Amino acid sequence: MGQIQHHLTDPLLIGYAAGSLPEAFSLVVATHISLCDDCRARLGEFETVGGCLLDDCAPRPLAPGAFQATLHRIATHADDTPPAPAPAPPDTPFPAPLRAYAGPDVAAVRWRAMGGGLRQARLNTAPGASLRLLHIPAGTRLPDHGHRGLEMTLVLQGAFSDEDGRFARGDIEIANEAVHHTPVAEQGEDCICLAATDAPLKFNGLVQRIAQPFLGI
Amino acid sequence: MPNPDRTPDWAEYMRRIRQDRDQAAFGAVFDHFAPRIKGFLIRSGASESMAEDCVQDVMATLWHKAHQFDPSRAAVSTWIFTIARNKRIDALRKQRRPEPEDIAWGPEEEPDQGDVLALAQETAQLGDALAKLPEKQRVLIERAYYAELSHSEIAAETGLPLGTIKSRIRLALERLRHAMK
Ligand SMILES: [Zn+2]
Repeated sequence: MGQIQHHLTDPLLIGYAAGSLPEAFSLVVATHISLCDDCRARLGEFETVGGCLLDDCAPRPLAPGAFQATLHRIATHADDTPPAPAPAPPDTPFPAPLRAYAGPDVAAVRWRAMGGGLRQARLNTAPGASLRLLHIPAGTRLPDHGHRGLEMTLVLQGAFSDEDGRFARGDIEIANEAVHHTPVAEQGEDCICLAATDAPLKFNGLVQRIAQPFLGI
Repeated sequence: MPNPDRTPDWAEYMRRIRQDRDQAAFGAVFDHFAPRIKGFLIRSGASESMAEDCVQDVMATLWHKAHQFDPSRAAVSTWIFTIARNKRIDALRKQRRPEPEDIAWGPEEEPDQGDVLALAQETAQLGDALAKLPEKQRVLIERAYYAELSHSEIAAETGLPLGTIKSRIRLALERLRHAMK
């Protein structure tokens, strides 16, 4: 904690607090917050705004008997809390929300090779944005690429650097149409990232553009 | 200025619900919040019958999960908002809601009463400040929370009158982290 340099933006935190983000973005937000108390506190701020708006909302009369029906529901429906998630395996780089999508550990991920030593695994979410894990060997340079929509990349292990700085565990890079970057994974440890985007990536080089449909990225 | 005598001490009602399973306290929370939750859900696009069903669900969850409510980290209205929001995602959008890894109180930990009071006061002040925003800005914020705006439509400069709440929550988190060591 405390060493994270790159954080969530206000619009993303508001969208998450309001519950309007696509599921893939929500998972990246929840995973970052699991690692970052600063954004956890900022989310608390934005949820407090939600509470104030709720408290200030024009009341709508309930159907007659709603209170009795609620008591009945309490008596007949046991607590629907899902069972506590399995305890984290030691040294997993996956915080709890991500384990619900990707499995307990890196070894459980079904990676697919993408060429150049790069591997990725798509994770299933509701439509609106797509989600994947990226495994980038230490020292690898990714192809120069731009973006059509919004892309969030959260580092889980290792680190990469690009024009916007250095990104290590817990750091999140948020890129849009305006950003072209050429990330390079640091030497030492392979870099594992969680990435969500609401549009397919577009690579700038002709070879990558041709390869893109085959890589499925 | 918020008047503490005017606003019921909802955290105290929640304590009675949690510790004493007090139905009268639950009734008071229900009378205040349930019609507002319904108004909120209908403004967010729920039908009359879906809103009724969700309200009962939210209030039943409040009863069952009262032990998870931590008054030093969130006001009661904030906590109820998060439950209602999650039910709305479930009912209207049929999506999962990934939640951050929880930081739970240790078994012995009791929230500090000074913190609880301060957070309630700061929340009330924020509510007052929101009410005083220019109409145009307030409408935009409401639209964001009623899920009428996408993340790309929410402006980076929201102009939200946020001040002390974050540092208050931050303090509570630091204390939790410390207690877990
Ligand atoms: Zn952060």
